Amino acid sequence: MGQVKFKMPDVGEGVVEAEIVEWHVKVGQKVQEDDTLVDVMTDKATVEIPAPVTGVISALNGEPGDVLAIGSVLLVIETEGGEATTDETPEPAPVSKPEPAPEPKTEPAKPAPVAAPVVTTSTNAKPLASPAVRRRALEQDIDLGQVVGTGPAGRISHQNLDDFIAAGWSLPSPSYKRQKRQGQTSHKVIGLRRKIGQNLSASKRNIPHFSYVEEIEMDALEDLRKHLNENRSNWEVKLNPLPFLALALIKVLPEFVQANAHFDGESLTQFFPVHLGIATATPNGLMVAVVRHAEAMDIWTLAAEIARVTKAARDGKATKDELTGSTITITSLGALGGIASTPVINAPETAIIGVNKLTEKLVLDRGNVVARKVMNLSSSFDHRIVDGFDAARMIREVKIALENPATLFMITNNLLEMLEHLVGCSFQWRQWFQPSEHWDHDHCEVCGVKFAIFEGDDILKAGYATNEPHPDNWICADCFKTHKEDFGWKVKP
Amino acid sequence: MKTLKTKILIIGGGPAGYPCAIRAGQLGMDVTLVDASGLGGTCLNRGCIPSKAYIHAASRLEEITAHANEPAMGISCAEPKLDMAGLKSWKDQLVGKLTGGVGMLLKAAGVNVLHGHAVFSDAKTCVVKLSDGGEQQITAEHVVLATGSTETELPFLPFSDRVLSSTSALELETLPKTLAVVGAGYIGLELGIAFAKLGSKVTFVEALDTILPQYDAEMTRPIKRWLKTHKVDLHLSAKAKDINKAGLVFTDKSGTEQTIAAEKILIAVGRKPNTTGFGLENMAIDMDGAFIAVDDQCRTYMRNVWAIGDVVGEPMLAHKGTAQGEMVAEIIAGKKRRYDPTAIAAVCFTEPEIVGVGLTPAQAKQAGEEVITGKFPLAALGKALAMQSGTDGGFVRVTARKSDHLILGIHAVGAHVAELSGEFALAIEMGARLEDIAGTIHVHPTLTEGFAESAMTALGHPIHIKA
Repeated sequence: MGQVKFKMPDVGEGVVEAEIVEWHVKVGQKVQEDDTLVDVMTDKATVEIPAPVTGVISALNGEPGDVLAIGSVLLVIETEGGEATTDETPEPAPVSKPEPAPEPKTEPAKPAPVAAPVVTTSTNAKPLASPAVRRRALEQDIDLGQVVGTGPAGRISHQNLDDFIAAGWSLPSPSYKRQKRQGQTSHKVIGLRRKIGQNLSASKRNIPHFSYVEEIEMDALEDLRKHLNENRSNWEVKLNPLPFLALALIKVLPEFVQANAHFDGESLTQFFPVHLGIATATPNGLMVAVVRHAEAMDIWTLAAEIARVTKAARDGKATKDELTGSTITITSLGALGGIASTPVINAPETAIIGVNKLTEKLVLDRGNVVARKVMNLSSSFDHRIVDGFDAARMIREVKIALENPATLFMITNNLLEMLEHLVGCSFQWRQWFQPSEHWDHDHCEVCGVKFAIFEGDDILKAGYATNEPHPDNWICADCFKTHKEDFGWKVKP
Repeated sequence: MKTLKTKILIIGGGPAGYPCAIRAGQLGMDVTLVDASGLGGTCLNRGCIPSKAYIHAASRLEEITAHANEPAMGISCAEPKLDMAGLKSWKDQLVGKLTGGVGMLLKAAGVNVLHGHAVFSDAKTCVVKLSDGGEQQITAEHVVLATGSTETELPFLPFSDRVLSSTSALELETLPKTLAVVGAGYIGLELGIAFAKLGSKVTFVEALDTILPQYDAEMTRPIKRWLKTHKVDLHLSAKAKDINKAGLVFTDKSGTEQTIAAEKILIAVGRKPNTTGFGLENMAIDMDGAFIAVDDQCRTYMRNVWAIGDVVGEPMLAHKGTAQGEMVAEIIAGKKRRYDPTAIAAVCFTEPEIVGVGLTPAQAKQAGEEVITGKFPLAALGKALAMQSGTDGGFVRVTARKSDHLILGIHAVGAHVAELSGEFALAIEMGARLEDIAGTIHVHPTLTEGFAESAMTALGHPIHIKA
């Protein structure tokens, strides 16, 4: 008989350990090759591990929540020829030797109205009581579900009913009664929830947070946003304030690179690209979805990309790349939002920008009381890296940008610098949305690939494209790299 | 026509209607009971009681025949003779005595009884066509519908002199030599087995793949064994199709058409509620499928119109109707009542008898319970052996929740076990645990010891079998 010691497989690059989330098999169970054995979680991706061989499970190493190193034995499978470990059809046979039952005490039940409730998992939720007790309760408008039964198996006696009434629980009006809530639940915190906890405690423990709240007047931005949305077809992405805030950050961050950075306590890495983290509430808990190279996107692309990655995170379909590597994070509670918040930094980043609720408020404008749409930004910074003065300056710049939204769309020198490694052509980041076959789209002149196309929510291909010096001809990013010389473009020395 | 005004009008004098009337009368209310087909209803006239009389007589005949064939217990006798007409008249006498008794009880309770057929023009008004001629209009403050149920007829085998319902089967003046029974539910089995004991050659044709589908295979096995040893043929997964001169035509489980000799054919495929012919459509009452929809107090959707018994749904059992009838009378009298049984016992007077209360182990598991069971064979009881009833494979089986030993179900099969049903129901209604039953001293020598022993078996320490 063969025995396969199945080890925790290497489930991803750079992964050294994985957490058991759920076993799909039991000891003694027969499994076919490729049956799912177990779900394990690494970083934030959960992976199903299939059986490598057909056989019978003879041992499971670990409980859900346990973290095993890659390569350690996960389970043992007895292969063909192995003795049947257990019979898989337990007979509903008469149990001749039941466990010793909790014997009822022979002393009379104490008249203790506060006796601990006997928690039973009853087939029917009906409380256990004799017909006479049930009738008395009905006649006196007592919900037996509220009465604690001290008898065996939680049976409610007349005495229990007397005690209940004596304790003042019987109310003359049956229509509505305030009721005691009973019970609690407790379970081991494992999986994503544990990871969230670990990350957040580490952040709060290690990073001296500096939080700063500023009020933004949103009228101009809201007017623009409304205008832009009104001119969109139904199937196109609609803008919410989030991509505008993203643009504002992208605009100001080149001046405040310390806030677009990673700090591990020793070395500080400052980034030129903006990989924008979006804190996302998923059914499993908080995740940070990442829009890579947000700085290279126009507002529509940004809106679409934010929608795409957050949806992927919520659906549990986000890839590792879409969940890691952010350089600064935005957190928004959407329609909730509150007045102010103290966001926790997504370590090892150095800043997090929180969006509060957009409301209308009366403000004084040159002595006149006027209604304004205002929204607070509540931000936290790693005070080791970002000085309070710089943080305040940065938020002021963001405020100015948001309050003068036209400036969001002026490409600054900083951004141009990023693109200016090429000369001799003009650039456009092109994406096409393709809700149907009828919608216009372009192909790369060289390789013919449809580039930068949305199909449903999924980008098939995206890239730099250019139409110069060949108007109406577009070329995808990949071909551009290899063929740029052919088109007369040069790389700036 | 003068209109009779009454506080409570009850339609139907069966085991739901007449207890309702008696209880209402006891409570001092003005009650009128209208009955169309004999006080006592199906139960006393055409169901429970007459069939039990036949079953008893058939068993008596079988026992005497056994002694005639082969002396036993030192008793021998001549071959007994069966006079079907005599049996029927004995049964009629018995029924007469009981229905007469019901009439007396109703009278004593001050109930005004009208014999006739009521037709409602609205929810509170009806005209009764009296049996002895004439009509009577009645308006009532409260109307209680207890119209009962009737045998289901098969459209391709309509009832006739030859195709019998359970009612006409109990009126035969001569014993059929061959009897085909369509349906092996409890009614078909009870009557079919009785006729087999009386001397008919009986064959069952059942559409399902099991007899008595509400019970598990462990429980029906002794009955199947009895049928086999008494040469009663049982065709499962078989569909009755037609009759011809030779007998009953049916397709067996392989789909082959067969004909079995059948002088008479008994149709026992179930019962349907009586909801037509009395103006129900004029009463603005909601239905629940074929049944009248009621809440847990037997209120219909029409104010002060109540419905009880078979007409409100399963289980179609006399004792359920009786409980509902008493309850409704008390609610009308202003008492707080609710129909909330934990379990209702059901009994089949087959050979051997079956009784069940609460959940079977399989049902309990399906309900998410972890259970333990204790099964005690009646063969290990002295009383059962002394009554010659321990050898039919009978047993008492108790099903309890594993965690706190609360009894969830009690089932028994065996001769005379029907009489244990009261204790079984009491145990469940009182919320008994296995220890309560094991700790109650049961009388020796009685069959009830089997219940105590089954509880002890579940607890792991029976006395009369190996633990």
